[in-house]
Amino acid sequence: MDFRWQIVLDYADMFLAGGWTTVKVTAISVTVGTLIGLIVALARMTKMTPVRWLATIYTDVIRGTPLLVQIFIVHFGAPKLLGFSLQAMTSGLIALSINSGAYVAEIFRAGIQSIDKGQMEASRSLGMSYAQAMRFVILPQAFRRIIPPLGNEFIAMLKDSSLVSVISLPELAMAGRTVAGATARVWEAWLPVAAIYLVLTLIFTRLVAWYEVKLGVQNHR
Amino acid sequence: MIEIKGLHKKFGSLHVLRGVDLTVNEREVVCIIGPSGSGKSTLLRCINHLEEATEGEIQVEGIHLTHKETDINRVRAEVGMVFQRFNLFPHMTVLQNITLAPVQVRKMTKNEAEALGRSLLAKVGLSEKETAYPEQLSGGQQQRVAIARALAMKPKIMLFDEPTSALDPEMVGEVLNVMKDLAREGMTMVVVTHEMGFAREVGDRVIFMDEGVIVEQGAPEQIFGNPRHERTQSFLSKVL
Repeated sequence: MDFRWQIVLDYADMFLAGGWTTVKVTAISVTVGTLIGLIVALARMTKMTPVRWLATIYTDVIRGTPLLVQIFIVHFGAPKLLGFSLQAMTSGLIALSINSGAYVAEIFRAGIQSIDKGQMEASRSLGMSYAQAMRFVILPQAFRRIIPPLGNEFIAMLKDSSLVSVISLPELAMAGRTVAGATARVWEAWLPVAAIYLVLTLIFTRLVAWYEVKLGVQNHR
Repeated sequence: MIEIKGLHKKFGSLHVLRGVDLTVNEREVVCIIGPSGSGKSTLLRCINHLEEATEGEIQVEGIHLTHKETDINRVRAEVGMVFQRFNLFPHMTVLQNITLAPVQVRKMTKNEAEALGRSLLAKVGLSEKETAYPEQLSGGQQQRVAIARALAMKPKIMLFDEPTSALDPEMVGEVLNVMKDLAREGMTMVVVTHEMGFAREVGDRVIFMDEGVIVEQGAPEQIFGNPRHERTQSFLSKVL
């Protein structure tokens, strides 16, 4: 195989910039997704039936349709609805955040429901409101349990964010497409991209594992 | 202090409480005994609205629990509850367990709450454990912390739901001693228990429940010495 390192070096800046954008897009989407997820998880457990239905519909629809299709709908649907078009970065972040929110909501729900119901009863019996009990007693315990699945969600999103290259958001996969297009070379364009994804996921896997241990040592259960 | 009239509770098709009337007076220690599934715990849990009554009326300190507009959190702040399984908050130290509700609900300052917490820990004999986490304590110690946590709200009534049933036998005494002290100080208490010795010694009144109703109630000497009802007799003959 004739592999031309010079091409990789020539486009190194583009690969690295793409990788950085991927990290940023993932971090923002998962952060916003976590906020959406927390709210939706609580909404799915409320006694208010319409709210619970809306939250259930949201998670069902988002988890039941492909991310690629969601990206198209946001990016190409927005101009029809809003009357102006969105930048690739804007619609990419919106689509990824909404998508991440549905998955994180299920993670939160499982985490909250895994906490013994005696914890809520003890809190309420002390006169705390539902919100106070959630904030001080349930969520701190649930959060510790969802660190591993939340870390997995981050790693999954790191890879899935490659789909926003279809709307030309200049992240890592887009860098691969650009180099492949410009040079007509397959290996020199895609192997560096794969390598950078791999390095990133390995780093984050280790970070999650380290954080888990740290929480386990500092806190009890 | 507590007035219950015609209380029914159903879980789906399961009719757990079938018309309970009960009055508890100030400074009274009422012990509820009876076989498993007789509705003792459900009755207790209705008193601070952990279970919602299906039918009937419950008043605590003159406040109707069964009325929709009642602020249930205000009632609960006056009614302490101790659970069979302690239910301490595992992510907090002993002292944090005790100070959380006084700070968040009673709006005490952190310093006030900690001073109160330390005095309560001294009272239950666990002063040296304030920085420990629940999992580092024995069951008996955890239950004593749970009692201190409930007392930190300065409740007018304390409810105990089989507080020694999850304990190893050698730890039962230390928890009962704390409860005896509390009774002696004049706390109004409702205790669901299988500890007949405690009911006999500390109770002002003993209530025997079976199949969702109060079968018989009276002074401990009468219930244990001379039970009138046949079901009470057969239950006591099995446990004593």
